[in-house]
Amino acid sequence: MSEVAREAVGDYKAGWHDPEQSTIRFDAGLSEQVVRDISELKGEPEWMTDIRIKAYHHFMERPMPTWGSTELLNTIDFDKICYFLRSGEGTEKNWDDVPEDIKNTFDKLGIPAAEQKWLGGVTAQYESEAVYHSIREDLEAQGVVFLDMDAGLREHEEIVKKYFCSIIPYQDNKFSALNTAVWSGGSFIYVPKGVKVEMPVQAYFRINAENMGQFERTLIIADEGSSIHYVEGCTAPTYSSDSLHSAVVELIAMPGAYIRYTTIQNWSNNVYNLVTKRGVANENATIEWIDANIGSKLTMKYPSVILKGEGAHGEVISVAYAGEGMHQDAGAKMHHLASNTTSKILSKSITKDGGRGSYRGMVTVSKKAENCKVNVVCDALILDEKSRSDTYPTMEIKNPSCRCEHEASVSKVSDDQVFYLMSRGHSEDEALALIVNGFFEPFVRTLPMEYAVELNKLMALEMEGSIG
Amino acid sequence: MSDAPVLEIRDLHVSIGDVEILRGIDLSLAEGEINALMGRNGSGKSTLALVIMGHPAYEVTKGEILLDGENLLEMAPWERARAGVFLSFQYPQAVPGLQVGNFLRKSVKALKGDDAPSAREFRKQLNEACEALNIDRKILSRYVNDGFSGGEKKRFEILQLMLLKPRIIILDETDSGLDIDAMRTVAAGINSSVNGSACLIITHYQRILEYVRPDHVHVLIDGRIVASGGYELAEQLEAKGYEWLDQEASP
Repeated sequence: MSEVAREAVGDYKAGWHDPEQSTIRFDAGLSEQVVRDISELKGEPEWMTDIRIKAYHHFMERPMPTWGSTELLNTIDFDKICYFLRSGEGTEKNWDDVPEDIKNTFDKLGIPAAEQKWLGGVTAQYESEAVYHSIREDLEAQGVVFLDMDAGLREHEEIVKKYFCSIIPYQDNKFSALNTAVWSGGSFIYVPKGVKVEMPVQAYFRINAENMGQFERTLIIADEGSSIHYVEGCTAPTYSSDSLHSAVVELIAMPGAYIRYTTIQNWSNNVYNLVTKRGVANENATIEWIDANIGSKLTMKYPSVILKGEGAHGEVISVAYAGEGMHQDAGAKMHHLASNTTSKILSKSITKDGGRGSYRGMVTVSKKAENCKVNVVCDALILDEKSRSDTYPTMEIKNPSCRCEHEASVSKVSDDQVFYLMSRGHSEDEALALIVNGFFEPFVRTLPMEYAVELNKLMALEMEGSIG
Repeated sequence: MSDAPVLEIRDLHVSIGDVEILRGIDLSLAEGEINALMGRNGSGKSTLALVIMGHPAYEVTKGEILLDGENLLEMAPWERARAGVFLSFQYPQAVPGLQVGNFLRKSVKALKGDDAPSAREFRKQLNEACEALNIDRKILSRYVNDGFSGGEKKRFEILQLMLLKPRIIILDETDSGLDIDAMRTVAAGINSSVNGSACLIITHYQRILEYVRPDHVHVLIDGRIVASGGYELAEQLEAKGYEWLDQEASP
């Protein structure tokens, strides 16, 4: 990024924007016609158009949630949002064919370099659609399908039809209805029986235009005994007006399968991030959501696992950072439907400069689920008096054999801790970054090295000038 | 090595809130010399250590501290550290999630900049220091002072001392909470680090001074140095306690 750009956006590193170069841009605002136009443009089968229309009507009728931050939610002006924007000519397999400005954006974000070094596949979405997509040949040869969702629907319609909305129906909530109505892009992944994908595959989501709505839809199916690690990152330019990101992600882990889904969300602080994520874990399957929320104006996101098969394991490890003008309302849900299922939730949040962090979690254990284990740990670190942290844990345990542990802590950085580190040559900012990175360490440990380094740098940047 | 003082404290008055804790301290620390500062609990010993390091809770109301003739009080704590001041804390702080190995490497880099030893040389020094202090290398993957016993914390302070190689060493009750074997080990570590540096040992027992022999001994009572002498002063205190000096302290 140029010095000029850096000055303009302050601390947020990914806040530059390119000149908009849309080949198709819908007028702002939402109507049944907009929904039909999106579907027609993509040449979709009728059943998909129908479900979109139903979802649209549900969205219009459904009231805004009355929890989280209703105040902020009510400031979203749905008429000002652009619901579909196509840049470039389609999805390229070679970075050289991606339009120059867009390619430069992903270069700055380090995506092509990371792909060469350590990723099994990459999809890069710019506004509404993927502009680049590639998967390693050896994975393809093993039958692994990794496509953007539009291509997934075209090439694997039967699978998509079977699972689309099966985990998260459009009626689930107002924003899952909105996503189902206007979805575009996202990832479609199928891992065949027994195939272990060793290298992570990554999707990168970039919003560039102002007042943009990005509604990607992701569906991952890991067949029996297979494993996959999917990583997504997201950034957007800093604008004075708001953008909306509302994704739906559905995961299916067949018996014995393993899915790890890692998110590094670093939206600029004019983006509403309202996302529904849920997975079903069958017998002895594992689903892990690794979720970092570092940016956005308001995030409401509660990754869930339905532990449907005996012996299934679910895990949500999340960190949230809320600075000035930010509200992270994040958490997790675990539903134990079968016996001998286990779940673990570790939530860590940091608030500063008047930011607000909330942990909102729900764990249910059904009556017939014997010998389940539940472990919930929530830690909050508050860096100043202006900031706020709340926890809203809910537990509904209907089977007495369940072993349930719940710990919560709220701490503040002490002057003595900072002083101790300063006495070893670290400036105030560096000392605070060491403390904060230490606080996030149990999370960072779960990340591939490259992301761990990036996240630590990101947090160090957020800590600059934070002690008055 | 010269006898010119590197750290000079002149008429230092220090308060916390409305309470004056140090009431006019004069003390010089010269290179290659070990000074001991003795006194009861609450006499102001730790305050002096923390003020030299620059703790923000204390206010210097009068006097000065000079390092090589420069005004130390104008420097931030990390600048003092980079100038060569080291404090072994009485109560080292825990930093959960920060690994000891990582912290040590980062601290050496912060202090020495381009002069920091190579990764390989650093590892060598680290191994030697751990061995000398009888510290299990597993400590390197533990978190800084997190769940450490009292003795482990003190040994870890001396491990930092040995790796950071400061010019001004302040040891604040490093001997408290150590059994006799641990004290011998720690004292050996201190002796190997003192070489050429200026050192101030703060303690209320004479015991550690048997192993780290001071050149000068000072007694602090109620915020003032009331007596100074050689090692024999420490022996007198051990035999007679502090009471005989109390009159000296009254204004």
